[in-house]
Amino acid sequence: MADPIVQVRNLTKRFGDFTAVDGVSFDIRQGEILGLLGPNGAGKTTTIQMLLGLITPTAGEIRMFGLPFERHREEILGRVNFSSTYVSMPQALTVEENLRVVAKLYGMDRITSRIDDIVKRLEMEEFRTKITRKLSSGQMTRLSLAKAFLTAPKVLFLDEPTASLDPDIADKTRALIKEIRRSTGLTVLYTSHNMREMEEMSDRIIFLQRGRIVAEGTSEAIKAVYGEVDLEDVFLKLARTAPRA
Amino acid sequence: MKLHRIAALLSRHLYLYKRSFPRVLEIVYWPFVDLLIWGFITLYLAQFKAALPNFVLFFLGALILWDVLFRAQQGITISFLEEIWSRNLMNLFASPLTTGEFLAATMILSVSKVLAVSCVTVLAALAFYSFNIFVLGVSLIPFILNLVIAGWCIGVLTTGLIMRYGQEVEVLAWGMVFLFQPISCVFYPLSVLPDWLQAIARLNPATHVFEGMRAVITAGAFPAHELAWAIGLNALYLTVLVAWFHMMFAACKDKGLLVRVGE
Repeated sequence: MADPIVQVRNLTKRFGDFTAVDGVSFDIRQGEILGLLGPNGAGKTTTIQMLLGLITPTAGEIRMFGLPFERHREEILGRVNFSSTYVSMPQALTVEENLRVVAKLYGMDRITSRIDDIVKRLEMEEFRTKITRKLSSGQMTRLSLAKAFLTAPKVLFLDEPTASLDPDIADKTRALIKEIRRSTGLTVLYTSHNMREMEEMSDRIIFLQRGRIVAEGTSEAIKAVYGEVDLEDVFLKLARTAPRA
Repeated sequence: MKLHRIAALLSRHLYLYKRSFPRVLEIVYWPFVDLLIWGFITLYLAQFKAALPNFVLFFLGALILWDVLFRAQQGITISFLEEIWSRNLMNLFASPLTTGEFLAATMILSVSKVLAVSCVTVLAALAFYSFNIFVLGVSLIPFILNLVIAGWCIGVLTTGLIMRYGQEVEVLAWGMVFLFQPISCVFYPLSVLPDWLQAIARLNPATHVFEGMRAVITAGAFPAHELAWAIGLNALYLTVLVAWFHMMFAACKDKGLLVRVGE
């Protein structure tokens, strides 16, 4: 079994009296897709934001590539990227200009050929020269994914990456993620509210509720533990009960 | 026309004033600043009308230099606001970019803006008023550089406040620099101010720049002591403010504000 590329130990985030993430621990092995599931406010986004260094944990430790995040932020973030439905990009720039800025930020070489490749893979040719403000929400999501893939990350955090895509593009996006994972050994932390997608994509699932892990395992194992045939029913059951101590 | 609908709209705006310091500032401070600026100019003109040096050099020169300070500050603050408006901050700070690199980029951008805007104002002054700022000589250049740094200081301060307090204080991006205008002695000499205000104004690097400019115009001499003051104060303030910005950035990450700024 491959070594964990992401190690999270007792990760906690408190905002005043409110505990958003409460002693969460998990590993993600190289090449694994880990699904992070939970109702709104469960702590999924806060966890990802701590893994990206955007929020400082109150307690706990994050290690990536065997390095402690706090002391190796630049080195780690150079090998990590993310895509989120809730984050945009400069609106007055064209799609290609935005991708060029990102490539420079990460110190990439062969920028034009990398952009050509990702634009082709995500079928973005028709809006490559379009101003970002004029993109549809589906095109914007594809730009966000292109930005994430462009830097050839070793670890990718995907926060509802297919939320505003039509079924065709969503399916192609999932296929692309799986293909890149197969060819590069990409490690992915994935969140989605689409249970079918979660089952299709994730090797393992962590279910968060009120900041705590309340279930963990493959989707089959979790369904078996909770006596359900459908992951959505497990979600409803877990989301409507208090977290275990 | 229904009064209750008008009242609803009025209350919608009045609710904001209950807890918005910048909006209260808009009502109280700006008229006060206007009064101070024009009051001191009037006082200056009344006191020194017989001995006033070249009017055009004084006021157009001051205006062009004031714009240098203003644009230098805006170059930093507006760059940050652009990232907020386009919801791009997370993309930036989830990359290997450091806060020092971010500030350095905005400072370089601010210099570019100053150069571009200065070309416009200098050429416009030449075309419309036959005023050539370069007649003041090359001795103005180190003073101009100090104005840019003073603008950076105000820019870093404003950006830190916007990062910490969010949309509520965005108005400071355009207004903060004017908080310093009455004590920058842009259009009147330091001696016009009351003694207690002179003491405060001397702590402002911009004051020494504008005093220096007036010395160049009136005496044609290079006021080295004013330049030394401007450099010393700028070095102190920039060091303190950059350190403060780093602390503010860390505090924002701790409070989870960095991912919410602009909401």
